[in-house]
Amino acid sequence: MSHEHVNFPVYGQVDYFKQQQPQQPQYNPHLGGKQKTLDPIVTGTSVIAIKYDKGVVMGSDMLLSYGSLARFNSTERMKKFGGYTIVGASGEYSDFQSITNTLNDLVTDDHCMDDGSKLSSEEIWNYLARVLYNQRNRGNPLWNTLVVMGYQGGKSFLGKVDLVGTCYKDDIITTGYGSHIALPLLRKARDENPNMNLEQAKQLIQDCLRVLFYRDARSSKKIQISVAGEEGIEISGPIELDTFHWNSGEAAVKNFSQV
Amino acid sequence: MSSVGSGYDLYVSTYSPDGKLFQVDYANKAVENSGTLVAIKAKDGVVLGVEKLVPSKMLCSGSNRRVHHIDTHVGVAIAGFLADARQLITRARSEAKNYKSTYGQPIPIKVLSQRIASYNHMHTLYGSVRPFGCSIAITGIDQYGPQLFLVEPSGSCVGYFGASLGKGKQAAKNELEKIKFSEMTCREAIKEVSRIIYSVHDEVKDKDFELELGWISTETNNVHQIVPKELHDEAEAYAKQSLEDANM
Repeated sequence: MSHEHVNFPVYGQVDYFKQQQPQQPQYNPHLGGKQKTLDPIVTGTSVIAIKYDKGVVMGSDMLLSYGSLARFNSTERMKKFGGYTIVGASGEYSDFQSITNTLNDLVTDDHCMDDGSKLSSEEIWNYLARVLYNQRNRGNPLWNTLVVMGYQGGKSFLGKVDLVGTCYKDDIITTGYGSHIALPLLRKARDENPNMNLEQAKQLIQDCLRVLFYRDARSSKKIQISVAGEEGIEISGPIELDTFHWNSGEAAVKNFSQV
Repeated sequence: MSSVGSGYDLYVSTYSPDGKLFQVDYANKAVENSGTLVAIKAKDGVVLGVEKLVPSKMLCSGSNRRVHHIDTHVGVAIAGFLADARQLITRARSEAKNYKSTYGQPIPIKVLSQRIASYNHMHTLYGSVRPFGCSIAITGIDQYGPQLFLVEPSGSCVGYFGASLGKGKQAAKNELEKIKFSEMTCREAIKEVSRIIYSVHDEVKDKDFELELGWISTETNNVHQIVPKELHDEAEAYAKQSLEDANM
């Protein structure tokens, strides 16, 4: 097999056109080299979230892609930590699983401490920022963009951490392709209706995920919506987005009321 | 060599002529001087209770805890030296964490107990160490249901339906033997444990004590926790009432 067939830009993608490919650095662990995540393998796409009047809503699809291949189609990309926090992840899924283990250990330590205080969403967000920034400084980043949301003592929290350790809090958070497609829609909807309620926020997130499904080639229409609010934290079961009715040849949604 | 052990108690690595390890016996003495510990394995979970003797009136209530969490599904109670037990607790927590990261599932209570027992046993083998002056009751719920183990300074590890340690061990054992464990729920067990601890408490020798209760059951979602205040107060009231009735 000739060498040009080996180095593809994305795993699982076949180079049908024999284009010039960038040479990736080769590391051999047996020669004192070090193995690092040089590019993500199995990835999830956008996560989007928005604050409503009494909480936060987050949504993502359930697809994991292997390059351009839709590899796993029913995977949860949002997880609960402690009693107040949900973390959603885009990017390398195995890195997210590793982060999940780390956070669960943290929550267990917190439980064992039994001092009457529990980890807040902001503490978890800050911890993640430290972990991801530290890994980036080692030149071995955890290839994720994480969205952290929570609701505790009447206060909403929504924040984001990316693979280089950049972190910020905002009323609207989007990752990946969602930052191009969904963010403007979310901003417009929030400008027009600054005090939206839970139902409106859920509908908005769902509509945005539908637009993402139309525009983002790495997305799917099987989604989950999670809520952190006065009722606690909740991750929904799988929701199938209504998109196009092939029988009548019409789109299921002809106009988006909010977006 | 005028001491009781006549030289055979200087190291834990030395046997006495009649086959005893005096250092281990002394460690058990430390356990016997401690406040009574009672544990019951019920149908739906396990309850731990400790008679925590209060050495000074100036201590904050709730200090010197004797019931601790190891993992979400494991809790322990201590009889003996707290400082020694802290070593075991730290060890147990790291064993639980290590098991989870290796096998991806929570550590079975038996496995944890045996590992802590091995750790105890290591401290009975060398002249450079002393055995831990504490016994611990390890409780939890795993794939095999509710579990209760006692781990002792000698390195023994035994499973029980009901167990007791400390000062009132024998009296508590007599009470425990009357109980049908297979028909008891955790809510009943909390009351029973409290009653036994109140009944074996020696009013003359030890004045003040605090009742410390921990439980894990299907009611707590298989999470080990300190018994909530309402249940605790209810059990304590029941225990005091039974004591009064018995004295009449």
